[in-house]
Amino acid sequence: MTTALEIASAVRDPELPVLTLADLGVLREVSEEDGRVVVTITPTYSGCPAIDEMGADLRRTLISAGFSEVEVRLSLSPAWTTDWISREGRSKLAAAGIAPPARVGPSAAGPVPLNLVPPSRQVACPQCGSLNTSEISRFGSTACKALRRCHACSEPFEHVKEI
Amino acid sequence: MSFDNAYESLLGHEDAHWAFGTGFSEALSGVNREFPTGVDRDALAAYCLMVGDDALILSQRLSEWCSRAPELEEDIALANIALDLLGQARMLLTRAGEVLGRDEDALAYLRDEREFRNVHLAEIDCGPGPGGDFATTIARLLVFSSWRLALFSCLRGSADPVLAAVAEKGLKELAYHRDHAAQWTVRLGDGTDESHRRMQAGLERVWPFVDELFARHRVEAALTGVAVDPASLRSEVDGVLDAVLSAAGLTRPADRRAARVAGMAGRDGVHTEAMGFLLAEMQHLHRSLPGAVW
Repeated sequence: MTTALEIASAVRDPELPVLTLADLGVLREVSEEDGRVVVTITPTYSGCPAIDEMGADLRRTLISAGFSEVEVRLSLSPAWTTDWISREGRSKLAAAGIAPPARVGPSAAGPVPLNLVPPSRQVACPQCGSLNTSEISRFGSTACKALRRCHACSEPFEHVKEI
Repeated sequence: MSFDNAYESLLGHEDAHWAFGTGFSEALSGVNREFPTGVDRDALAAYCLMVGDDALILSQRLSEWCSRAPELEEDIALANIALDLLGQARMLLTRAGEVLGRDEDALAYLRDEREFRNVHLAEIDCGPGPGGDFATTIARLLVFSSWRLALFSCLRGSADPVLAAVAEKGLKELAYHRDHAAQWTVRLGDGTDESHRRMQAGLERVWPFVDELFARHRVEAALTGVAVDPASLRSEVDGVLDAVLSAAGLTRPADRRAARVAGMAGRDGVHTEAMGFLLAEMQHLHRSLPGAVW
């Protein structure tokens, strides 16, 4: 029998459909007791408009798989970080032409650093692999992506920005 | 559920069929919402309204730029920042509403001007209306996000689990907002004569509203361990602003304080002339068509 965890893990992200919610790291916990399932998810950004769609997709998928009672809970703490995007998720992003984020690591104590120029970050072009790329805008088509361009192949591309 | 054509998904299957619909689940379902022992719940609700209204009202202001920014990327950037702030506002208004017995929509759409608790800096017109331009908007965003980032940094240690969680999450977003505003400030201040002039004028426009950000209100004083004393943030914020202005070749405006009414300002529900117009636009649809969804 397929478990609720396996079913929930296969549900795709509504805005980055190449990833599952598990790949993206927003699926935090799935517990199952007597046919009742409790799923905990966390938003990527506070205003992420996809969070309700994620909850609805999870509920719909689990109910059609035979679970009669499904509760979706939201968790805010610890806050989502791009470090939770799985290794597999990173490969899927790159294959879809979206540059995956670099590792952030635990945030250092003390004041949040101020960047007066965009941090120089080596982001490889997902098209041609060149590291000769630059940021066009830190804000892209969804809250989690920045826009970059590649100077080698001249193609623009999206980059899941580190958070 | 998959559809052959994107528009099919708009044709009602379930309530939450569209990511931007109003079939929102509760903004805080599943979050630890126990009230800390001994906390004055009315003061906590008032504080959540203050911090939530700051975000809601500036979010509304920033949205006005969508389709009117100087370049397409900036339409998207300002809308993204507005969306982050709206998300913060939804959680904070929901928290306030748990004490007040009203939901986030009722608090956003059905309160009148005197019931809003945001600082004046969030509500004034800094463009695209006649009150400013893109540089003025950047000046406001620089001050606002530097201040809110310092606030959220401290609020992570709040005794209220919701405030602490909202702050931890929001802090990362605010770091992007502040960087964005700081980089534009440097670009404009250190750009052409015209961009420098406009950036300096933008700072002059918003500076009289800076003082209010650091004035401690009685609600904050009543919430030791839960709220942050804004006066304690001043030196950190001043340090950040000075670093940006110096890199941009801009002059810190002289300290001037906008007029108050009998000592009262935004935290007491006393607003500037701009607020009524802003609310009229923000609340019109919901009040004309109660319960409208799309």
